[in-house]
Amino acid sequence: MTLPLASNRSRQLKNSIARWGITVGGISVLFTLVLIFMYLLYVIKPIFESATVEPVAITPVSNTYKTAKQILSTGVDELKEIIYQIDQAGNFNFYSTKNKTANKLLLSQQLIGKNKNLIKVIDVQSDSANKNKILIDNQGQVTVVAANFNSTFVGDERTVNPSVVYPLGESVLPLDDQEQSIVTAGMAMDDERAIFISFTQDHRLIKTTLTAEDDFSEDSEFEASYQEIEFTQKDVENILISPDLMIAFVQSGKDIFVYELDDEENVPLKERFTPVNTKDNITAVALLSGGSSLLIGNDKGVVSQWFEVNTKQGRVFKEIRTFNASSTEIISQIYTEQFRKSFITLTPAGEMSLFYTTSEAMLWKGSLNSADAQITSLAIAPRADGIVVSELTKEGKQSLTLYDVHNEHPEVTWHALWQEVWYEGYPEPAYVWQSTSGTDDFEGKFSLVPIAFGTVKAALYAMIFALPIALFSAVYTAYFMTPALRKKVKPTIEMMEALPTVILGFLAGLWLAPLVEKYLPALFLMMIFLPLATFLTAFAWYKLPKNLKVKLPEHLAPIILIPILIFAGYLAIWLSPLIENAFFGGDMRSFISNDLGINFDQRNALVVGIAMGFAVIPTIFSMAEDAIFSVPSHLTSGSLALGATPWQTLTKVVLLTASPGIFSAIMMGLGRAVGETMIVLMATGNTPIMDWNIFEGMRTLAANIAVEMPESEVGSSHYRILFLAAFVLFIFTFIFNTVAEFVRQRLRDKYSSM
Amino acid sequence: MKNISEITKITTVTSQHKEQNAPMNNSYKTWFKSGSPWVWLSASGVSLSLISVLGLLLLIASKGLSYFWPATIYQFEVNDLQGSSYTVIGEIYERESIPVSQLAHTKMVFSPETETVERILIKTGNRELVSLDFRWILVPQITKTTEPKNVVVIERRTNGNFYGFIDKIILDGKEVKKQQLTQLIERVDNFQQQIEDLQKSDIGSINYQLERLRLKEKKYKINNQLTSDLKQEIDIQVLALQNQYKVLEKKLMNLRQQVVRDQIVVRAMDGKTLTINLENVLSVSYANQLNLVEKAEVFLQKIGHFVSDDPREANTEGGVFPAIFGTVLMVLLMTVIVSPFGVIAAIYLHEYAGKNGFTKILRIAVINLAGVPSIVYGIFGLGFFVYVLGGSIDALFFPENLPSPTFGTPGVLWSAITLAILTLPVVIVSTEEGLARIPSSMRHGSLALGATKVETLWRIILPIASPAIMTGIILAIARAAGEVAPLMLVGVVKMAPTLPLDGNFPFLHLERKFMHLGFHIYDVGFQSPNVEAARPLVYATALLLVTIIVALNMTAVSIRNKLREKYRALEH
Repeated sequence: MTLPLASNRSRQLKNSIARWGITVGGISVLFTLVLIFMYLLYVIKPIFESATVEPVAITPVSNTYKTAKQILSTGVDELKEIIYQIDQAGNFNFYSTKNKTANKLLLSQQLIGKNKNLIKVIDVQSDSANKNKILIDNQGQVTVVAANFNSTFVGDERTVNPSVVYPLGESVLPLDDQEQSIVTAGMAMDDERAIFISFTQDHRLIKTTLTAEDDFSEDSEFEASYQEIEFTQKDVENILISPDLMIAFVQSGKDIFVYELDDEENVPLKERFTPVNTKDNITAVALLSGGSSLLIGNDKGVVSQWFEVNTKQGRVFKEIRTFNASSTEIISQIYTEQFRKSFITLTPAGEMSLFYTTSEAMLWKGSLNSADAQITSLAIAPRADGIVVSELTKEGKQSLTLYDVHNEHPEVTWHALWQEVWYEGYPEPAYVWQSTSGTDDFEGKFSLVPIAFGTVKAALYAMIFALPIALFSAVYTAYFMTPALRKKVKPTIEMMEALPTVILGFLAGLWLAPLVEKYLPALFLMMIFLPLATFLTAFAWYKLPKNLKVKLPEHLAPIILIPILIFAGYLAIWLSPLIENAFFGGDMRSFISNDLGINFDQRNALVVGIAMGFAVIPTIFSMAEDAIFSVPSHLTSGSLALGATPWQTLTKVVLLTASPGIFSAIMMGLGRAVGETMIVLMATGNTPIMDWNIFEGMRTLAANIAVEMPESEVGSSHYRILFLAAFVLFIFTFIFNTVAEFVRQRLRDKYSSM
Repeated sequence: MKNISEITKITTVTSQHKEQNAPMNNSYKTWFKSGSPWVWLSASGVSLSLISVLGLLLLIASKGLSYFWPATIYQFEVNDLQGSSYTVIGEIYERESIPVSQLAHTKMVFSPETETVERILIKTGNRELVSLDFRWILVPQITKTTEPKNVVVIERRTNGNFYGFIDKIILDGKEVKKQQLTQLIERVDNFQQQIEDLQKSDIGSINYQLERLRLKEKKYKINNQLTSDLKQEIDIQVLALQNQYKVLEKKLMNLRQQVVRDQIVVRAMDGKTLTINLENVLSVSYANQLNLVEKAEVFLQKIGHFVSDDPREANTEGGVFPAIFGTVLMVLLMTVIVSPFGVIAAIYLHEYAGKNGFTKILRIAVINLAGVPSIVYGIFGLGFFVYVLGGSIDALFFPENLPSPTFGTPGVLWSAITLAILTLPVVIVSTEEGLARIPSSMRHGSLALGATKVETLWRIILPIASPAIMTGIILAIARAAGEVAPLMLVGVVKMAPTLPLDGNFPFLHLERKFMHLGFHIYDVGFQSPNVEAARPLVYATALLLVTIIVALNMTAVSIRNKLREKYRALEH
C-alpha cells in the first residue's frame, strides 16, 4: 500500500516544522541563561559609566549686555525649565529654556537702587531647595535673596512661575551694630534663626544672630543680636557656615579658623589649621553637602577634603583625600551639589572637573567655554542633573548656557565597592555596608566587601560541618553498604535536599539557635563523643563473640550506630550544665562574652553552619556517592585480589579514581551554600560585619538582596548595586557549576574508556 | 561494585578468625591496621545523616501535630518570693531546667544539693487582662496543681484564647442556662458566616464593578471617545450599583445587630469577671472534660479549621487557607508553563542535538540554570518580568489604571514564570533520563516502518517517557512549593485581601499578589509581633508544607523506580 504523495509531503512538512520547533525550544534554555546574564549586566552598567555633560540651551543675555554689567551669579529651577542670573547692576532676570518659549525673558527685577552696584554675590550651601544668595553692594550693605518657583496647573498643562523672595526682608540687613560696611559674609539659616558671620571694613569679625519673631518661613520679622569675635587677621577671603548652624569656617590667607556657634555668650575658636604648605595658597573653599566636610582648592590645581576625625587629641580636622583637578592652573571656584557629595571645580581658563568625594572618582573633565570667552559664574541644578554657566566673551557679549548632566551614580566605583573608603565621621577608612538610615542627608555606604565576606564565612562554616558527614556517608553508602540497604538509605538522605530551606531556616532560627545557646558545651562535647562512641562501638563489635557477630553483621554498622550516637549526643547534652558549672561559672555564653571578650549573638555562624551544612549534605552526598559507586569494579576487584584490605582499596584505588567526581560534588555543594538565602536570612542577625568569630552572625549577598530589594527605589544606585550583588552571585555559582560539570563530564568519559 | 560488601564481609571474617588468639594489644593494633575503625567512622556519617533527616521530620511532625491536640488546662497555686500567693490557669507550653546559679539574684533558698530547678512556661491567654499571655513559673514555688473540670478554653476572634470559668450566659440581656451556649454559638456562627459571605462576595463584587466602571470611563477619556451618551450610561450603572450597595449595607447592619445580642460572663484566674460578646467567640470547650475519643475529634476539627480558615490576628492565629490556595494556584500556573518547555528542551537535547561543542554548552547551561541561586531568579524576575514586561503590558493594555500598576507590580503570574525558569532544569534532567532509558531499538523499529521522526516521538517515545516526564513535573512542583526567596521579590505578600481566583470577571486575576505557605512560615515566625504565641502555628504550617513536599517527592521517586524496573525488563 502506498500513501498518496500529498499526505507524505505534509508529513514531511510536519516533521521539519517539529524539528525547527524543538530546536528552538531546546536552544531557548541557553537563551534564558544568556538573557539573565545580559539583563543583570544591563541594569548594572550605568553605575560604572562616567558622567556626561551636554549643552541643551544657550540664552544670549542681550538686554544686560547694554549696561555692560557682568553676571555674578546664576541658577536654575528644579525642572530645568527656567534659568536665572544676577548681574552687577542688580538685575535679577529669569529666562525660559522650554522649547516653545526658549530665551524668553520671564521676569526681570531690580534688586538694588539705581546708583548702586553689586560687588559680590555669595551662594549659600543649604539643605532647603531654595538657595539663598548673599548680595553685597558697593556700599558694603547686605541683603539676602532667593529665586522661588511656583507651579500652577491649567488642566494638565503645568506652568512654572518665577519670583524673587527675600527670606529676611527687603531692607538692608543690620549685620554690624557699628554700621561699618561689610567686606564679606557667610550665613546659614533655619526657620527660627539666621546666623551671619561678617567681616567689616575695619577688620572686625562679627557674629550676627537674627532670631525670627515668628517663623522665617512665614514672615521675615526678626530681632538681631551681635557678638564680636576675637580676630587679628587683616584679611578674610571666605566665610562658610554649616547648614545646621553649628560651626563656621573663616579663611584668611593660608589659614582656616573654625568657630563654634552654639554658644550664646561668646564664639570660641575651635581650631585653627593650615591646609596648604608654605609654597601653596588657598584659592577656593566650599562646604560639601551635609556641611561637615570642607573642600579646599589651592593654586596647584589640587582640591583637598577635610573633616573632623576622632583622634587621641580629641576631634581635629584632617586631610582625608585630595583630587587633582588641574595640572596647570589654579582652582578659582568650587561648586558643591545640594544633596550629594559631588563638587565641580573651575579654573580661570574655564577647565571644569566633576568629582565625587567618597568614591574619589573624577567623573568628567573638560572645558565648557568657547575659546574667546570666560566663565563668570556657574550653578548646579537642584537635582544635580544640570548646570548653568554664564559666559563673557572678549567683545563683552554674555550668555547663559544650560547643560544636561547625566551623573546618576557618582558614588559607585569599583574602588568604592571593593576597597576601604573613608566616610565622613569615621575615624579611619573602612569597609561599610549601610544602605539606608533614618535621616535624609545620609550618605549610602555601599561596600560589597562585608557581605561578600559574610557569604564566604557562611559557606565555609557550612562546609566545615557538611563535608565530613557528607563524604563519610557517600563513601560508606557507595562502597560498603549492601544494595538492599543502599536502596533505602540513599533516597532517605536525598530527601533532605527536597526539604524547603525556609523550614530549615525557621528551625535553625527558632529552635536550634536557643538550643545551641543553652547547650553550647554539649556541641563541643559531641565533637569528641560521637567519634569516640563510634570507635568504641567498632572495637566492642570486633571483640564480640563470633555467633553474635553473625547476628549483627558489620554491614549493619550504620543502623547499629544510630542508637549509640543518639545516646552519646544525649550524654553530651546531659553533661552540658555540669561542664558549664564546673568550668564556665554556670553559663558558657556569659563566659564567652564577659571573660573572653568575644561577642556572642544567639543567631550566629555556628547555627548557620549547622543548618546550611544540613542543606548541602545531600547535594555533596548524592554526587560524591554517584562518583564512588561508578568506579569500575575491575579496579577494586584487582586491588582486593592482590591482598589489599577493603579500606586500603578504598583509599588507594577508589577515592583516587573518583576524586574528580568528589571534587565536583564539593564544588556543587559550595555553589549551593553560597547562594542559599532563607537559612541565612532566618538563622543570623543579618549584620554586615567582618569577623570570623563563629559566635557572631553575618550578612550574605543573597540575604542582603532579599532584605533590601523590596525597599530599594527602582533605578537608584542602591537598586543597581543589589543587581550587582546578584550578578556576583551568578558569576560565583556559574564558575563553580561549570567547573564541576566539566570535571564530571571528563570523569564520565574516563570511566567509559576503562 | 555490587560484590564489594560481600567481599568485605568475607575478608573481615577471615581476618578476625586469625586474630582471635592473638594477645590483646596486638589485636588492637591489627584491628586498627585493618581499617575497620575508619569503616565504622564512615558508617557513622550515614547514621548521623539518617538521624538528622528522620529526627527533623519527627520534630516537625510532633511539634506541628501537638498544635492541634487539645491541651490539659492546669490550675496552679503559686507562692512567690514576696510571700503573696496567686492562681495561674493555663496550658503548659514548655519545660526547662535551669541551674540554680542563674537564680542567685532572686535570693531563693535551695538545699545545697540542688543544682538545677525546673521551671515551666504557662500560656495564660486573657490578653486583655494581663500584659503578657505567657508566664514562667518555678516549679518549687507551686504549692498545688489541679485540673479543674469546669475550666473552659474560649477561642476568640481577637485577643487570643481565654482560660477561665463561665459565670453566666446572657441572652439578649437575660441570664439563661449554660446548656444553651452551644446553640447560641451556632446561631452566631451562622450569622457571622452570612456577614462574611455578604462582605466578600456581594459587596466585594459591587466594589469591583464600580472600580471597573471608573476605569472604563477613564479609558474612554484617554481615547477621547467619551460621549455624553456613554457617560450617562456609565452613570446609570454606577447609580444602580450604589443602590444595591445601600440595600446590602442595611442587611449587613441588621446581621451585625443580631450577632452582638448575646454575651458570656467569665471569671479569669485572678477572680476578675469579664463579659465576652458571643460575636467574638469561635469555640468554647471544657478541655479537661474531654476523653480520648473526644480529644481526637477536636484534634481533627482543628486540623480542618487550620486548612480551611482565613488567618486571624496578623496571621498568628486561625487557618492558612489563602496560603494553601496561593501556593497551589501559583504552582499550577508554573506547571503549565514549565512542562512544555522542559519536555521540548529535553527532547531536543536527547533526540535532535548532535554530539558537538554546542550541545556541551547547552548542557552546561542546563546545569547552571539548576545551580544559579534562587534569589538571582527573584531579582531577575523583578527587574525583567515585573518592571520591563509588566511595565510594557501596562502601558499598552491598561493605560487607564496608570500610574497605579496592573501587571507592572509583583503578582502571581510573574511568580509562576520566575519559578518556571527555576524548575526548568528539573523537568529537563528527569525527562532526558526517561528518554535515555528507552531502548533505541524502539526508535529504529518505528523509523524502519516508515514513520517520520516526529511521528515516532509523538506516538512511541513520548507515551513511553510520560512517567519520566511526570516524575520531572512532580519534582518541579515539589521544588516550587518550597521555594520562598525569589517569591519574596516577585509576588508574595503576608496578607492578601483577595484570592487570585474569585467570582468576578475575568475570574482568574493573574496580576494579584498572593499568599504562600513557605513565606507564611518566614513571616509569622520572624516578622510577627508575638513570635512566642505564633510558634505552634508556624510548626503546624511547616508540617503541612513538609508533608506536601515529602509526599510529592516520594511519589516521584516511586514512579521513577517503577520505570527503571520496567525498562530493565525491556532491555533483557
